Amino acid sequence: MVDVRSGIGEALPPLEVEDVELYHPHSWWTRYVFSQDAKIIAIQYATTAIAIGMVALVLSWLIRLQLGFPGTFELIDAERYYQFITMHGMIMVIYLLTALFLGGFGNYLIPLMVGARDMVFPYANMLSYWIYLLAVLVLVASFFAPGGPTGAGWTLYPPQAVLSGTPGGKDWGIILMLFSLIIFIIGFTMGGLNYVVTVLQGRARGMTLMRLPLTVWGIFTATVMALLAFPALFVACVMMLFDRLLGTSFFMPAIVEMGEQLQHGGGSPILFQHLFWFFGHPEVYIVALPAFGIVSDLISTHARKNIFGYRMMVWAIVIIGGLSFIVWAHHMYVSGMNPYFGFFFATTTLIIAVPTAIKVYNWVLTLWRGNIHLTLPMLFALAFIVTFVNGGLTGLFLGNVVVDVPLSDTMFVVAHFHMVMGVAPIMVIFGAIYHWYPKITGRMLNEVLGQIHFWVTFIGAYAIFFPMHYVGLVGVPRRYYELGEMAFVADSVHTLNAFISVMALIVGAAQIVFLFNLVWSLRHGRDAGGNPWRATTLEWQTPETPPSHGNWGKELPVVYRWAYDYSVPGAPEDFIPQNQPTPGRLGHEAIS
Amino acid sequence: MSVAAIFLAAVAAVMVWWLAQQRLASRPWLEVGHAHDRRSGAPPPAAKTGLGVFLGVVGALFSLAISAYFMRMASSDWSSLPLPGFLWVNTGILAVGSVALHWAKVETERRNDETTRTALLAALAAGLAFLVGQLFAWRELTAAGYLLANNPANSFFYLLTGMHGLHIVGGLVALGRLTVRAWGRPLDRRMRLTVELCAIYWHFMLFVWLVLFALFSGWASDVVDFCRQLLT
Repeated sequence: MVDVRSGIGEALPPLEVEDVELYHPHSWWTRYVFSQDAKIIAIQYATTAIAIGMVALVLSWLIRLQLGFPGTFELIDAERYYQFITMHGMIMVIYLLTALFLGGFGNYLIPLMVGARDMVFPYANMLSYWIYLLAVLVLVASFFAPGGPTGAGWTLYPPQAVLSGTPGGKDWGIILMLFSLIIFIIGFTMGGLNYVVTVLQGRARGMTLMRLPLTVWGIFTATVMALLAFPALFVACVMMLFDRLLGTSFFMPAIVEMGEQLQHGGGSPILFQHLFWFFGHPEVYIVALPAFGIVSDLISTHARKNIFGYRMMVWAIVIIGGLSFIVWAHHMYVSGMNPYFGFFFATTTLIIAVPTAIKVYNWVLTLWRGNIHLTLPMLFALAFIVTFVNGGLTGLFLGNVVVDVPLSDTMFVVAHFHMVMGVAPIMVIFGAIYHWYPKITGRMLNEVLGQIHFWVTFIGAYAIFFPMHYVGLVGVPRRYYELGEMAFVADSVHTLNAFISVMALIVGAAQIVFLFNLVWSLRHGRDAGGNPWRATTLEWQTPETPPSHGNWGKELPVVYRWAYDYSVPGAPEDFIPQNQPTPGRLGHEAIS
Repeated sequence: MSVAAIFLAAVAAVMVWWLAQQRLASRPWLEVGHAHDRRSGAPPPAAKTGLGVFLGVVGALFSLAISAYFMRMASSDWSSLPLPGFLWVNTGILAVGSVALHWAKVETERRNDETTRTALLAALAAGLAFLVGQLFAWRELTAAGYLLANNPANSFFYLLTGMHGLHIVGGLVALGRLTVRAWGRPLDRRMRLTVELCAIYWHFMLFVWLVLFALFSGWASDVVDFCRQLLT
């Protein structure tokens, strides 16, 4: 048995960061709008991300309406269809998932979980949000620009992205898209510096790196990756803007368009693909690592058991982060490459499965003999694990060059990445919102509405994406506006497509229940108290709920233990908060 | 992508070195209390760490752009542009700015506020002169017919010098604000820190410029060729 009392009498180490002078808002505007408080910024980020995410959700409805019932809706012509899939992908990946995990959860949880009063650069943090909002507005503006948004696909591959055959290629669409991405990256860098430096230097006394909750580890590593990967997208966007606006030939080869020789020549579209996927693959893990971290904390808290293999979990997060930078070309197998490169990238891709599998085992082993409470956060966490395993397994198929080449342009890939980086992280986002909403608002979300939301979303997501694998395996290509008369497309495929579309409509509608719950519970939710889940991490130990400006009242917290002291034998309660020196509430003699 | 790979390897080495000091092999579940928080009393100021991380981002940006340069260079339509001799002068001016900021930093440590201000002014002037010099180099090239879209070598030249110039503009804004604040009042601790940060930033931008200059003058590709010969 661990001697939980050891080391308590030792002297406190000096305060890591001097207790900084916080910026104190003087008016309603600086308190709630141009706020420098990370918690307000987090809510702003999350609200904006969810709002633009709803746009992407509606776009997915329109996509599915076309695929399920081709030719029924006159609104959706081929051009609009491509605009819808492009905007759906781009919004979901960057403006929703990245912004919500890092800007939303990162801002809210990092200062609270490491025991800081706020981010280290609050002003830059505020700018980060407003620049993000500007990026979103520029993106939205492209819907109303002449020619509409770009329809180049979310990967924006040149040369087609800037040609007249692609919607928005010769109009405003692509320009606004590229500017929006550039603005987003500038804004993100400001926020990202905050998240990294706050974890490095803002930690409370006693909060060593190995005592950080895995949520912070996940967000921290993902931010470091994003800071190194987004410059690739930045460079690619700037170069493509030059090609489009100034007539350079970074990416544009010699090309005849509508019988006219364009002035470009010699550019390399493959160069764009390298830059794009150098960003694009780490991006998958930029979304996945915070999800990994959050789900670890949800499972540990709601199974009342310490996380299994904490050290392994930390190492796996770091190793996945590192490996994800040397796998990008597995997105380019069909672009043609030296077979040895293909071999190298297939190998590194498959190696990533090892630390990822370790994490899955550790989650399952944490659940093993735990005191599992099937609360809403736990349900979503469990849903994440199964969904992630599902999506991960098809990833093993696609990581192999020979299997990937025939499957690459089919709906199988669409099903794969929606499982692994669509549904899975979204499950974690829902779980995390159900988990932390009581801290953010002081009230619980409604349980019945939550159960409806969970079951419809979970079963519905499987009803959408399981059949889609089959559709892909029989060879139905992705990116096609309509299938028409193709001999290999069986009738069953059309039936399945219709079924998938109906399910997509239902799952989308279930999100309205969720949004209603978010708003309704603000007023009518059950009072949560400070620590409704009886969790150990610091954010639940704030003197006030919701935490006030400065988070901690007069004294910064002092950390005495790791984040997972659940069900410690001999302790009077089944959890010991990180800032509690002895197991007993009052430090009494409850240890045998 | 080899340049980006080398840069990332360097960043990864720093991270591994740092992580190696963080007791990643400890057993946090066995440790209660404070004995294991080995952080020293005086950590570097947050702004300095922040600048370090930011320079990592800037480094990634330039190394990726340089990777793209090498990949694009491999195609047949590439023809290098003659470098204006002016760039040598510019390089010198930028180096003077770097030296001036180093001087400013040394003088802040000696608490010589008056000399610090002089050094800051010198650095500011050098930075502005560098930008003007770069604009002259651009004009010289465009006058000689080396336009942006004529050749990928030209496009990269304008793109990379433009990116570098914008970073210098950003540095000048910070430096200008500092100089205004430092004028006519004794330098406090925050200003002294800012002087140091400006100096670090300037050294870094000088380094980036030297790499770019080597790239444009063709030495970088000579080095790359040489390394390739060594390897094969």
